[in-house]
Amino acid sequence: MIYSSAETLSRAEMSALQLERLQQTIRHVYDKVPFYRTKMDELGIHPEAVQQLSDLQKLPFTVKSDLRDNYPTGLFAAPLKDIVRFHASSGTTGKPIVVGYTRNDMAVWSDCCARLAAAAGVTEHDICQVAFGYGMFTGGFGLHQGLERLGAAVIPHSSGNSERQLLFMQDLRTTVLICTPSYALHLSEIMAQEGILPEDLNLRVGLFGGEGHTPEMRSLIEQRLGITDTQNYGLTEIVGPGVSYECLAFAGMHINEDHFYPEIIDSKTGEVLPDGEEGELVFTTLTKEGIPMIRYKTKDITRLHREPCSCGRTNVRMELVRGRSDDMMIIRGVNVFPSQIEAVLMSIAGIGPHYQIIVTTEHFMDQIEVQVELIDPTRLESYRELEQLTKEIRHKIRTVLQIDVRVKLLSPQTLERTAGKSKRVIDLRQKAF
Amino acid sequence: MLVTQISVFLENKSGRLAEVTRTLSANQIDIRALYIADTTEYGILRMIVDQPAKAQTVLTEQGFTVSATHVIAIAVKNIPGMLDEALEILSEGSISVDYLYAYVGRLQGDAIVIIRVQNPQLALEKLEKSGIRVLSTQEVYGV
Repeated sequence: MIYSSAETLSRAEMSALQLERLQQTIRHVYDKVPFYRTKMDELGIHPEAVQQLSDLQKLPFTVKSDLRDNYPTGLFAAPLKDIVRFHASSGTTGKPIVVGYTRNDMAVWSDCCARLAAAAGVTEHDICQVAFGYGMFTGGFGLHQGLERLGAAVIPHSSGNSERQLLFMQDLRTTVLICTPSYALHLSEIMAQEGILPEDLNLRVGLFGGEGHTPEMRSLIEQRLGITDTQNYGLTEIVGPGVSYECLAFAGMHINEDHFYPEIIDSKTGEVLPDGEEGELVFTTLTKEGIPMIRYKTKDITRLHREPCSCGRTNVRMELVRGRSDDMMIIRGVNVFPSQIEAVLMSIAGIGPHYQIIVTTEHFMDQIEVQVELIDPTRLESYRELEQLTKEIRHKIRTVLQIDVRVKLLSPQTLERTAGKSKRVIDLRQKAF
Repeated sequence: MLVTQISVFLENKSGRLAEVTRTLSANQIDIRALYIADTTEYGILRMIVDQPAKAQTVLTEQGFTVSATHVIAIAVKNIPGMLDEALEILSEGSISVDYLYAYVGRLQGDAIVIIRVQNPQLALEKLEKSGIRVLSTQEVYGV
């Protein structure tokens, strides 16, 4: 089902709507956000300079570290009394990045997530189990609101506790599963262990996001859970889930471009590339009030296609994300930068400055092992002290990243030293992109 | 008298223990007693050697994390109840034992027990006062 008329506008109608909203947004951030005003003044660009959509190219990019540098609310364009919700995501180092939503932002976000669910075939008759984490992560609440808006029944289970997930799936006859693709596969393993067959469940659709997945993974999920696997895309900086979504034609992910204006750029030169060419995806929010983003570099590599889709939607499609232009890893749906782990390790006494991060897949779940060198001999008094050290490292990483890691202590001089940029991350997972 | 014990951090990787013994052998250092607990991730190798200071230096140079600790060595008659006697003394003095290990040396049929306690000086006094035979460094290193 097509949820919103915004998904079927003609190109001319869409462009006119986008230009009007873009001009309002530029004017708004120039007036309300010193960060943008300063940058625009330095370049001698005034809001009036944006006369057509392509004029957006004159404006500078915004990057993740801008959010960190203006932590927590420096980029907000609305006064805090108008903010009704905060969410957060990991930054590139220890500090998270924080976003805020006004009442109107919440309505737009819910609408975008309702479109996402409807495009996957979800209706008011469905019973939807959200196995994304709730809390500061946008995944749980974002999908929850969209599904409620659509009129479906929501089971706000949140992440983890697979046995209980399966209990509710059976007893409440869940039809739609919302989680990361790797968690869907993990659930299928638990099902096999517990002797639960796909026929024992009523699942028919999966709304998967938070990380990419390969066609192989998709067919495995479909086969093991007996469902149609749909993917969606989003990021906290732009809104959370609901930026783009697959329809049942599976011809890429439709972008809610009446709210989020996409560009594809050459990461190195910053030059905008024509449709169909591969490059870094950049978004400008067109309606956001809480924290508008101008030309935000997502670091995600993809292509855009503007021809109308066979599903009837006319909004632009992005291909499934093909990779990243930085070293960000996605671990169980959580964005992780090696620099965040490094910042934690540097704050701990007793271990050396060298480290290595090994990422593997076990039972379809991502696992991180952090290897560090033990240099403090006083820790050898007892095993207890060594355990305390590994516990401290695990705890601090958990505080920053919200994920559990394994810590492996090594003897000094065992990690490889290289003259140039050392290989800090060894990703042994099946490539997700 | 307190005896110096050498502790070496060993990650659970084949060949690491051999690297230690090779280094000691190359430096003519003799291992008198050796103890390592079995864990999955890593181990702490504890040793009594004839030249502890030299052992610490050469192993550190070799890239190992090494520490030196004071432990107590006592001689225990090789008959039932003798180890218990020594441990009862420590227990009465509320001195907790971190770990201990024993070996039978060439000390006139006595077993040698190496004990690591929280308060070595106090333990030493109590043991000596109770007539337990505490061994000197010469006796232990020269076993």
